[in-house]
Amino acid sequence: MNSGIDLEMSFTQGIQNLGLSHELAHLLWIPLPMLLVLVSAVIGVLVTVWLERKISAAAQQRIGPEYAGGLGILQPMADGLKLLVKEDIIPAKADSVLFTVGPILVLVPVILSWLIVPFGQNLLISNVGIGIFLWIALSSIQPIGLLMSGYSSNNKYSLLGGLRAAAQSISYEIPLALAVLAIVMMSNSLSTVDIVEQQNTAGFLSWNIWRQPVGFIIFWICALAECERLPFDLPEAEEELVAGYQTEYAGMKFALFYLAGYINLVLSALLVSVLYLGGWGFPISIDWFSSLIGLSIDNPLVQIIAASLGIVMTILKAYLLVFLAILLRWTTPRVRIDQLLDLGWKFLLPISLVNLLITASLKLAFPMTFGG
Amino acid sequence: MNIAYSTELICFLILSAVIVAGSLAVVLLENIVYSAFILGGVFMAVAGLYLLLNASFVAAAQILVYVGAVNVLILFAIMLVNKKEKLTSIEGLKTRKLISSGVCGGLLILLLRVSITTKWNLPGPTSIGEEATERIGEHLFTDYLLPFELASILLLMAMIGAIVLARREVSIPTDDINVLKNKKSLSDKKIPLLSENSLK
Repeated sequence: MNSGIDLEMSFTQGIQNLGLSHELAHLLWIPLPMLLVLVSAVIGVLVTVWLERKISAAAQQRIGPEYAGGLGILQPMADGLKLLVKEDIIPAKADSVLFTVGPILVLVPVILSWLIVPFGQNLLISNVGIGIFLWIALSSIQPIGLLMSGYSSNNKYSLLGGLRAAAQSISYEIPLALAVLAIVMMSNSLSTVDIVEQQNTAGFLSWNIWRQPVGFIIFWICALAECERLPFDLPEAEEELVAGYQTEYAGMKFALFYLAGYINLVLSALLVSVLYLGGWGFPISIDWFSSLIGLSIDNPLVQIIAASLGIVMTILKAYLLVFLAILLRWTTPRVRIDQLLDLGWKFLLPISLVNLLITASLKLAFPMTFGG
Repeated sequence: MNIAYSTELICFLILSAVIVAGSLAVVLLENIVYSAFILGGVFMAVAGLYLLLNASFVAAAQILVYVGAVNVLILFAIMLVNKKEKLTSIEGLKTRKLISSGVCGGLLILLLRVSITTKWNLPGPTSIGEEATERIGEHLFTDYLLPFELASILLLMAMIGAIVLARREVSIPTDDINVLKNKKSLSDKKIPLLSENSLK
């Protein structure tokens, strides 16, 4: 078992060599990965927004953004700048405190969830034992923010949008958690690192998608519903509710909703790749590959290449899923609210329960392949 | 005093202040919607206390159950029936408030006295940290199996009760344009689990 590159160790040791105490070195280390992940999350959003514009244009046989930078790469930057300098309006009869806190409560849990996304063996902020459960718990805070902004806007469209959003995310959280539970049962751990490692024994053949095809589909549908992406974007259905809970928002507060939505999308894609597509794992086992060229797995060069390959693989898999989500958004019609709830409670919930039961029995019957 | 200890102390003080102030606000605020939102904040602060005690699983469960489910349901209920109506003034409200605050204050003094006079075993048992998840699972399926099952039966009963209450027979509108169609689809859909008569 190789431990991979441990940046934290080398950093704290380097600081300690400068004559500072171990605790202080640790304290200096803590903000660095957080900052890095925050920046990468925001860059991920910018890329996703650009992709969304370009792919939607292609789906509608338009060209899309052209002039801001080559191929419109700078368009999301321009969007962000525009939202940053826009006037911040709080409606006269709105509840200004709740109106301000709402978007923050929507964004913060999503960013906190990046805590557990691994880009490599040691390339995550914190390998907490409760891992994926932390994400499920944090994502349940979001509806409160949505209800808060829906209520405080003092607008019936906003209130309806907020209620719809909360109903939707409550009903889809249950099948989502059950799909995750089946994975957890197979890998005997809640930690995302363990879940990925358990999948990387034999290249792409050992990925969870082959053992949990139903769970994969349930998880993907629920993740789309949690992100309020188009087949399920009822809370902000523009033909019915203007823009749902976002109706009264402008400027940076609106941008917070926008950011939260896209960060959540990238996060969900990353988690799908972690849970079902082998995370940072290369389709061909690295151990086998390095023994083929005759280099030891502990060779520094191999380590660096493997780590960067891991980051590239995670992001590649995630963006393939983001591409799929964008394509779905621009090609599928919206479901009705009753269809949405029917799908969640009468279809996905029973199916995910059956999936869990089958996984448990398969685990008992074939402990070798289903993680005994 | 080292950094870890002082961080813990500061976190504890902040969280306790939030819990005490928040709970008071939940009870004392006039606006019920504010109370409900602050209740969510108090639940989160309690989860923070669990985190300080190294019980991360309990903290996450606290957030999932209390913030994500209970508090959202409370908010939902408040927002769906939030009628701005003038409450009729109740007679002797002041004396009632005085009596209830006296009872609450007495309870507080009693609890404070208990917590001061009790000899606490300090330092308490060391936490097992990340292993806790497994340990909780073991306990739930061995020596706490009966309470666990009883709790789930209780929840099942509550759920069935809610379904029975929600699926009361509705009167079919007869003056509708599509009388026949309506009748058919409604009678298809609204067959109650238990009919009204069986409830009596």
